[in-house]
Amino acid sequence: MNNSLRVWFRKGDPWVWLNAGALSISIVMVLGILFLVAARGLSHFWPHAVVEGIYTQEDGSQINIIGEVTDEEWVPVSRLRESGVQIDTDEPVVKRILVKTGNRDVTGLDFRWLIAERLQQRSTPDDIIVIERREWGNFYGRLLSVKEAGQVVAQGAEAKAAFEESLRRALDLHADIRYIERGAIGSVNYEMERLRLREKSLEREGQLDANMQREIAEERAGLDAEYQALYQELRQLHEQVARDTIIAVAMNGVEKEIKLADVVQFHFPNELSLLQKIAFYVHQFWLFLSSDPREANTEGGVFPAIFGTVLMVLLMSIIVTPFGVIAALYLREYAKQNATTRVIRIAVNNLAGVPSIVYGVFGLGFFVYFLGGNIDDLFYPEAAPAPVFGTPGLLWASITLAILTLPVVIVATEEGLARIPKSVREGSLALGATKFETIWKVVLPMSSPAMMTGLILAIARAAGEVAPLMLVGVVKLAPTLPLDGNFPFLHLERKFMHLGFHIYDVGFQSPNVEAARPLVYATSFLLVAVIVVLNLTAITIRNRLREKYRALEN
Amino acid sequence: MNEFNTTAAKGDSMTAAESNRTPSSPRSVTLGGNTRSMEQEDICIEVRDFKLFYGEKRALHGINMKIPKKRVTAFIGPSGCGKSTLLRSFNRMNDLVDICRVEGQILFEGGNIFERSVDITDLRRKVGMVFQKPNPFPKTIYENVAYGLRIQGINKKRVIDERVEWALKGAALWEEVKDRLNDNALGLSGGQQQRLVIARTIAVEPEVLLLDEPCSALDPISTLKIEELINDLKARYTIVIVTHNMQQAARVSDYTAFMYLGDLIEYKDTDTLFTNPSEKKTEDYITGRYG
Repeated sequence: MNNSLRVWFRKGDPWVWLNAGALSISIVMVLGILFLVAARGLSHFWPHAVVEGIYTQEDGSQINIIGEVTDEEWVPVSRLRESGVQIDTDEPVVKRILVKTGNRDVTGLDFRWLIAERLQQRSTPDDIIVIERREWGNFYGRLLSVKEAGQVVAQGAEAKAAFEESLRRALDLHADIRYIERGAIGSVNYEMERLRLREKSLEREGQLDANMQREIAEERAGLDAEYQALYQELRQLHEQVARDTIIAVAMNGVEKEIKLADVVQFHFPNELSLLQKIAFYVHQFWLFLSSDPREANTEGGVFPAIFGTVLMVLLMSIIVTPFGVIAALYLREYAKQNATTRVIRIAVNNLAGVPSIVYGVFGLGFFVYFLGGNIDDLFYPEAAPAPVFGTPGLLWASITLAILTLPVVIVATEEGLARIPKSVREGSLALGATKFETIWKVVLPMSSPAMMTGLILAIARAAGEVAPLMLVGVVKLAPTLPLDGNFPFLHLERKFMHLGFHIYDVGFQSPNVEAARPLVYATSFLLVAVIVVLNLTAITIRNRLREKYRALEN
Repeated sequence: MNEFNTTAAKGDSMTAAESNRTPSSPRSVTLGGNTRSMEQEDICIEVRDFKLFYGEKRALHGINMKIPKKRVTAFIGPSGCGKSTLLRSFNRMNDLVDICRVEGQILFEGGNIFERSVDITDLRRKVGMVFQKPNPFPKTIYENVAYGLRIQGINKKRVIDERVEWALKGAALWEEVKDRLNDNALGLSGGQQQRLVIARTIAVEPEVLLLDEPCSALDPISTLKIEELINDLKARYTIVIVTHNMQQAARVSDYTAFMYLGDLIEYKDTDTLFTNPSEKKTEDYITGRYG
C-alpha cells in the first residue's frame, strides 16, 4: 500500500495532475470571463419582449406598466421593510424585477425596481411599439396616428405602414443633414479657421499689406457665401424633416407627439418572428458598431472609439518598431558586450515593469507640455493662445504608448538577432559584404519574425492601456475623427476616443447607470475583439515570415 | 566561359585536370607523375612567420609557407591543430573574433593583407570562402548567387542573369536547379546547398577559394560531387582545402600541409607526403596512430 503510493509519487503522476490542474484553471478563467462579457454584452441587442401589467403601488393605487424586464433578484423582506416598504408576507425573501419602462420625458424614470408579485395581469400585447429616439431614450407605448404638417394622415391599423414610410423619408433627410453638418459645413469651418490663422500669422510677420488684406477678405467672403448657402439648405432640410410627427400613448395614458426627426427606428417587439428578431439583432449590432454615441455615451454606437483605438495602435506600431529594432541592433550587433551594455539591458527590462500611469505623467509633462509647447511656439505662433500640439492628442498618446512598449520590442528583437547562426553572417561577410550590408540584407530579414513577436506583445499591451491615455489624449467625446477629408487628412493633434476609456466612462461616469451597464459589457467585448483581430493580423504576418525562414530553425 | 568540364574523371585526376587547363594560360606547368616541385610553381599566397593569438593563448606558432597558384593545397592534421585558423586568416575572417591578434605577414598579390590600407571587403571578394556547414541565405536560389554581385553594385538584370547561370554551371548545379531558380535555397539538399554556396562564391570571380571542411556535413555521394567539382575548379582558381579526411586530401590535392598543435610540420606535394613522409609525426598521423 505504502509502497504503491511511493511508486505513484516517483512516477511523477501527482506532478502531471498538478500541471493539468493549473492549466485547466487558467483556461476555465479565461473562457469564463470571455463568456460572461460576450453573453452580457451581446444579449443587449436582442429585441426582448415588452410586458404590460397592472402594478399595485405602496399606497394601494394601481398603475399601468409597460416595459422590458431586464433583471431580477431575490431580496430579504427585512431589508425591504427597513427601507419603508409595507409588505405582507411570511416568506423571508421576495422577488424583485428591474423593468425598463423608458419614456424618460413622460414619467421621469426609465428603470424601476418592482416587486414581482405586485405586478398582475401580465401580458405581451402585439400592438406595443418601441421607438428608439435620439433624445430621451426609448419610447414604449402604443402608436395612435401619424401626422403630416399637423394633419392626421393615418390612424389605427394604417398608422404602422404610414409611420414606416415617413420614417424612411425622415432618415434620408437626416442623413443629408448630417452630411452637411459634419462634412460640408465642417470643411468650410476648417477652411475659415485656416484663413484666420493665415491672416494672424501674416499680421505677426508684418506682411499684411492692403493687397493681402483684400485677398483674404475676398476669400473669406467666398467662404461666407458658401456657408450661407449651406446654412439655407440645412434650414430647409430641418423644416422638411420637422413636417412629420406621430402621436403615441405612453403607459400612463399620456399622449405624446414625437417628431420623426428624433426617431432612429421603431419596432413592435411582441409580434416579431424569430427571423425578424435575428434581423433586428444584426441591424442593432451593426448600429452599435457604426454609429456615434448619443446621450452622454449611454446610447448609440461606439464607432469613434473603435476607430480611435485602432488608429492609435497602428500609429504606436509604426513608431515603436523602427525605434525598438534600431536600439536592439545597436545593443546586439555594434555595442561591445561589457558591463555597460549589461546595465543598459537590465534597465530596458525594468522599464517594462514601470506602472503605465507613470508613462502617462511623463508623456503629459515631456511630450505635451514641453515638446508640444515648443512646437506651438516655433511653428504655430499664430494660433496662440489656443494650443495646437501643446495639448493632449493622438500623436502624444501614440508616442507615449510607443515608449511604454519599447522594452518589449527591444527584448524580442535582441533575442531574434542572437538566434541567427554565425555561419550565415560569415557567409555574407566572406562574399565581401560589409557588416552593414550583412545586417541589412541578411540579418534583419531573418530576424523579422522575432520583431513581429515583439510587435504582437506590444500591440496586446498598448491596445489595453487606459490609464496613461487619460492624461495624453483620450476624451469622453471627440467632436471629430482624427482622420477626415480635410487636408492634411490625418490630424495628429486631435483628441480621440478609445474603447478602454469608453468602458470606464460609460460604466462609472454615466448619469444613467442601468442603461449603461449592458454597454459596458458590449464595449468590453468589442475591445477584446479588436485586440484579438490586431493580434491575429500580426501573428499571420509572423507565421508567413517564419515559414519563409523555416529551415533555419534547426 | 565554359572551360569547366563537369565530366572530369575522378580518382587520380591529375591528367584530367591538366588537360582541362586552358591552353592560353602560360602559367600552367606540365608536370609528369608525382614529381611536382614547389619551386616551379607560381606563388599565390605567401605566409611569413605568421603567429596568431586568441587572447593570451597562441594558436599558430610562426608559420611559413607558400600556396601555389591554380593548385589544390590541402591542410590536414588532428582537431585543434590550427588548420582552420590558418585558412580563415587568408581572408581575415578571424577579424570577427574580438580577442584575436596576429603577428607576421600573409602576402597576397604582393602585399601584406594585414596592412591598414587593405580594403577587407575587396580582399574577401578575391579570396572566397566556403564553410563546413552549407550556409545559403534564406532567399531564392537565384538571389543567393546574385547576392555577391548586388553587393558590388551590379544591378543590370541581364548581367546578373548571365553570371548566375555561369556560376551555377561552374558549380555543377545548373542542370539540377535551372527550372526552379526562384525556389527557396533552403529547400535544396545538403550537397546541393554546398554547391550553391560554391556557386555563390565563384559568382564574384575570386582568385582563391578557401574550403573549410566542405564535405564534413555531406553524404558520400554529395562528397563525391564536390570533389569532382574541386578538380574542375582548380583550372581557374587557387584552392586551399581543410579536411579531416586523409583520403580526400590524397584524392583532390596537389600539395598537402600537415599541421600539429599550431605548427606546420610538413608541407610538400601530396604524393610524396603520403607515401614518403620525412617527419615522424606526419607518418604517425597518416598511418592513424593519433588524430
